[in-house]
Amino acid sequence: MIPMLLYAQDEVGHVSDELIEEIARRVGVTPLQVNEVLTYYSMLHRKPLGKYHVQICTNISCLLWDADKLWEQACHKLGIGHKEATGDGQISLEEVECIGACSWAPAVQVNYDFHHFVTSEKLDQLLDGLRKKQ
Amino acid sequence: MPDSVKLTIDGHEVQAAPGTLVIDAAKQAGIEIPAFCYYEGLTLQAACRMCLVEVEKMPKLQAACTLPVAEGMIVRTETSQVATARKYTLEFLLTNHPLDCPVCDKGGECELQDMVFRYGAGESRFTEIKIHTPEKQYSPVVYFDAPRCILCFRCVRICNEGMGVGALGVINRGAVSEIAPNVGDHLECDECGACVDICPVGALTSGAYRYQTRPWEMTHVGTICTHCADGCKTTLGTRNDRILRGNNRDHSGINGEFLCVKGRYAYDFYDHPDRLQAPLVRVNRKLEETSWAQALETVAKKFNETLAGGGSFGVIGSNHTTNEENFYLQKFAREVLGTNHIDHHRTGDVVTLLDALSGQQDKLATVADLYQRKAILVVGADLAIEHPLLSYQIRANYRHHQARIYVVTPGPVREDNYAAASVRGHEYESLREKLKVEPELVILFDDSVKGDGVRKLVDFGESLGIPVKYICLVDYSNSRGAVDMGLTPELLPGYHPAGQPGMHAQEMLAADLNVLWVVGSNPLKAGASRKAGFLLVQDMFLTETAQQADVVLPAACAYEKIGTVTNVTGEVQRLKRGVNTMGAKPDLEIMGFIAREMGVAAKLGPWAPEIVFEEIRKTVRGYQIPLPVIATGGAAQTMPVNGRIPVEVPSGLVRSDHNGLFDSGTLGRYSKVLNSVIESRLSR
Ligand code: SF4
Ligand code: SF4
Ligand code: SF4
Ligand code: FES
Ligand code: FES
Repeated sequence: MIPMLLYAQDEVGHVSDELIEEIARRVGVTPLQVNEVLTYYSMLHRKPLGKYHVQICTNISCLLWDADKLWEQACHKLGIGHKEATGDGQISLEEVECIGACSWAPAVQVNYDFHHFVTSEKLDQLLDGLRKKQ
Repeated sequence: MPDSVKLTIDGHEVQAAPGTLVIDAAKQAGIEIPAFCYYEGLTLQAACRMCLVEVEKMPKLQAACTLPVAEGMIVRTETSQVATARKYTLEFLLTNHPLDCPVCDKGGECELQDMVFRYGAGESRFTEIKIHTPEKQYSPVVYFDAPRCILCFRCVRICNEGMGVGALGVINRGAVSEIAPNVGDHLECDECGACVDICPVGALTSGAYRYQTRPWEMTHVGTICTHCADGCKTTLGTRNDRILRGNNRDHSGINGEFLCVKGRYAYDFYDHPDRLQAPLVRVNRKLEETSWAQALETVAKKFNETLAGGGSFGVIGSNHTTNEENFYLQKFAREVLGTNHIDHHRTGDVVTLLDALSGQQDKLATVADLYQRKAILVVGADLAIEHPLLSYQIRANYRHHQARIYVVTPGPVREDNYAAASVRGHEYESLREKLKVEPELVILFDDSVKGDGVRKLVDFGESLGIPVKYICLVDYSNSRGAVDMGLTPELLPGYHPAGQPGMHAQEMLAADLNVLWVVGSNPLKAGASRKAGFLLVQDMFLTETAQQADVVLPAACAYEKIGTVTNVTGEVQRLKRGVNTMGAKPDLEIMGFIAREMGVAAKLGPWAPEIVFEEIRKTVRGYQIPLPVIATGGAAQTMPVNGRIPVEVPSGLVRSDHNGLFDSGTLGRYSKVLNSVIESRLSR
């Protein structure tokens, strides 16, 4: 069920009510049971995300490299918070736990792409780029 | 594998079957190990850590609720290490708990309170702000207060496993986990309230009971549900002549802790504003309130005049009144009014079944059989909807003993989910080969099988070459007792032929009788007009029939009287009085008063329920049941008739109402709960 939820989310952008119904039907469980699984995992989303989902790690290795400042900078710049999307639906933000890139901390993930040794300037450029990117 | 394992628990040598859990082995030895998530009969969860015990040679404390016994195991359930662990567990459980016990419905009977009292987790080291979420209403009967929840999953499991509904789940994770309903923000389910009752704390509360009282202020009256024929014991919590709650937490009775929405909540018809509380007499074409003395005098005068003039009487009795009332009513009709025109609404062909089984012993199944027998065949009925307890028993049998369930029904039913075979339609013949190899069988059938159909089904059962027991499904709390007590024109109590049979109910309604006496029944519901010269009705409400009456006498409901009722499986149980409603009288007393007013009381004998029941025990075939059993709240099955019943019973008269979970004839129309749940609108 979990891979199915992830793939469906990739296609649709978030796990909608219709998707829950459909997955329940395919797996042969109740929609409530799909919801139980789905709400357990933080990488599955019930609300629409931005086209580019920016995940900033603030777990211990990244935190030691001032990831919390990066997080605040991103929030401030985009005017949105945790699990929120910009009005145009282009970018969304999420504060995440360790993404397994500690050796290159601080790390940021955009959709499935990683960005290493992120600095304040790099983050600025990254976000500006994403704003324009198609 | 050895038959039994020896172990030591708190210094006591204990023997238990292999596979027994330590918590159960301890219980057998009289040692209680505290538990929240462990619940007998449900799957294991091991979520709460309350049951931790010390086991010698095991490095860490063990959860007694999932640990099977082993030879030579030495268990200690109350060491200081155990007590400390439990104290910490409680401290965790209270991390976000609002500590609002003074206003919580569960206060006084809360398992968490009891445990904190025992282990005294008097302080918390958490200084963080508690997570609070507001209380939510999931349905008119189910409310959820997340901060009080200890995430024991009992509610989720009872709904899934016990009810076979699966309407509750746990969403989110960690401290923000909560119990969620199946349809967005609300429940669409059986509304049985089992989740509310099984909750060890006050996280799930019921719409009917919440904030009404403190538990210790109530009187608890164990009586029998007055709705369907399954005969569940329901314990009414009463205070100041009001019913505040129905449940069965002591697991007594044939239903254990089971109750459907009707047994748990639909007692609420008793104080409906439309409840009749004074006799009504027709004056100048209008029904007007009058005194009991005046009303009884009018009835007695009319009855005596009709008798003196050689006039005709007809009597229609009820599926809800007690055996004593039914017996007395038919005696009144036959011995005083001199008529066999007596009937009731027949909802299953019990008579043909008993006749078809004559000469055989031990052929009628009990409610317990449905939990114990290896195979069950359901013909016709949608059990989960029409006979909730029977369906529950079969489901539990499947879960605990892997019973094989066979269903032959016109449409899909809940039993399909665990049936060994489901057949759509009415043809059970195709199951012959499968059933032949079963070690034993119980066959249940509804009103789609009647007359010759019953004989055919019994022939089928008896040709399988295995022990078969039967259940003829009937609708209401005393439908079975009404037939047993001779509320039929062709049969006396105990299935003796009634000589010259009288008219049946439909004939009586169409005939020009001088007097028609209707007790607890609504035969004119469909809107037909009465033909009888004089119509006397005893009822709780001004039904369509009562509206056409000349005299209406307000009757007490089952929760307001004593007496016995016989359930669908022929098990006799005793009603206890929970409350009184001003102005209403038990039907037996009303009949007695009419007899006294007519001057025929001596002929009929006393109208005290105990005395009438003694007479039933002495004179009605099958009712020689042990008194101590029913006196102590137990159920005793009546003996089968075991002899031919030489009468022709028109099977066309048998017609079930097929009440769903949220219907219950007249009573259902006046129950606030049954009318307020969303499913009653969805299903109509
Ligand atoms: S009321 Fe009954 S059916 Fe509904 S959620 Fe609770 S246990 Fe399940
Ligand atoms: S609501 Fe009650 S029964 Fe359900 S998990 Fe919470 S504490 Fe347990
Ligand atoms: S199953 Fe029947 S007897 Fe039992 S509680 Fe429900 S309505 Fe009452
Ligand atoms: S802590 Fe940020 S990637 Fe591991
Ligand atoms: S009772 Fe054993 S863990 Fe809950």
